[in-house]
Amino acid sequence: MSVWTAFLYHPWPWYIAGPLIGLTVPALLVLGNKRLGVSSSLRDICAACVPARIPFLHYNWKRESWNLFFVAGILIGGFVAGYLFGNPMAVAISPATVQDLHNMGVDTTGGLLPAGLFNWHALLTIRGLLLTVVGGFLVGFGTRYAGGCTSGHGIMGLSTLQWPSLIAVICFFAGGIVCTYFILPYVLQL
Amino acid sequence: MKHLKYLILGCFFGIVLTKGEAISWFRIQEMFRFQGFQMYGIFMTAIPVGILSVWIIRRFHIRTLRGEAIYIPSKRFHKGYVIGGFIFGLGWALTGACPGPLFAQIGAGFGVILVTLLSALAGTWVYALLRKKLPH
Repeated sequence: MSVWTAFLYHPWPWYIAGPLIGLTVPALLVLGNKRLGVSSSLRDICAACVPARIPFLHYNWKRESWNLFFVAGILIGGFVAGYLFGNPMAVAISPATVQDLHNMGVDTTGGLLPAGLFNWHALLTIRGLLLTVVGGFLVGFGTRYAGGCTSGHGIMGLSTLQWPSLIAVICFFAGGIVCTYFILPYVLQL
Repeated sequence: MKHLKYLILGCFFGIVLTKGEAISWFRIQEMFRFQGFQMYGIFMTAIPVGILSVWIIRRFHIRTLRGEAIYIPSKRFHKGYVIGGFIFGLGWALTGACPGPLFAQIGAGFGVILVTLLSALAGTWVYALLRKKLPH
């Protein structure tokens, strides 16, 4: 592997990734007056597939179908950057985090996610169900209730200086910290 | 394919999220434990770049490619921002993913995250169902 091909497999530092994420905001606005916000795509998929008789899911989702192309793109991007050119090394998290996770029995070697927790076999354990099924449900329910997620409030909302988004982001972090310290340790013991 | 440009931009966004390790469960743990700078560095550079870009767009009345005026609706606060935000935070720490990274994780080869995504869709659907009964 030459120096140049090795470079393709490297993760990027925050000062490269952060500004590029920020540029997505004006790119979407200029391309077609679109506002960055990934969780809306979940509503669009619900509206397209199972609207039932729920008023909140009856709207012209086809007008928002650009979002479905955008998330399909994210999936392809994940494939290119995480699979084809995935970093074979463990994610270089701080030694303190490694220590905390080891104390809870989490293997921190290799991959973007702990493979021992997120795989098809683990899915059928109580721990796996809580991490994937319950966790996913909370993400979908919470983001829609909050009117946005990390991209819609955290990046788009804060970039346009909207105080409701700042409150939402603070609450995202409050939930994340409470879960990390008071819920996750018990889930990992199961 | 009038939406091809969004597919390409999404691809770019997915590559940056993945290479920046913002889709990593480990990085999210490091963030919530305040033990590393990667995630904070991403937010602290992405947001100023966004603010500056939006300021430039407004200051110079930049229009879309099709010549339309750029419109940014304001967000109207309601209690869901607090309650829903907190609930999402709980899920973010469990799954290590917010909605964007869910798609990127699946692409990166973690097939089981498809279940997480389906579950997130179920969560969105249940919110839609209960919306009238929830405080806003």
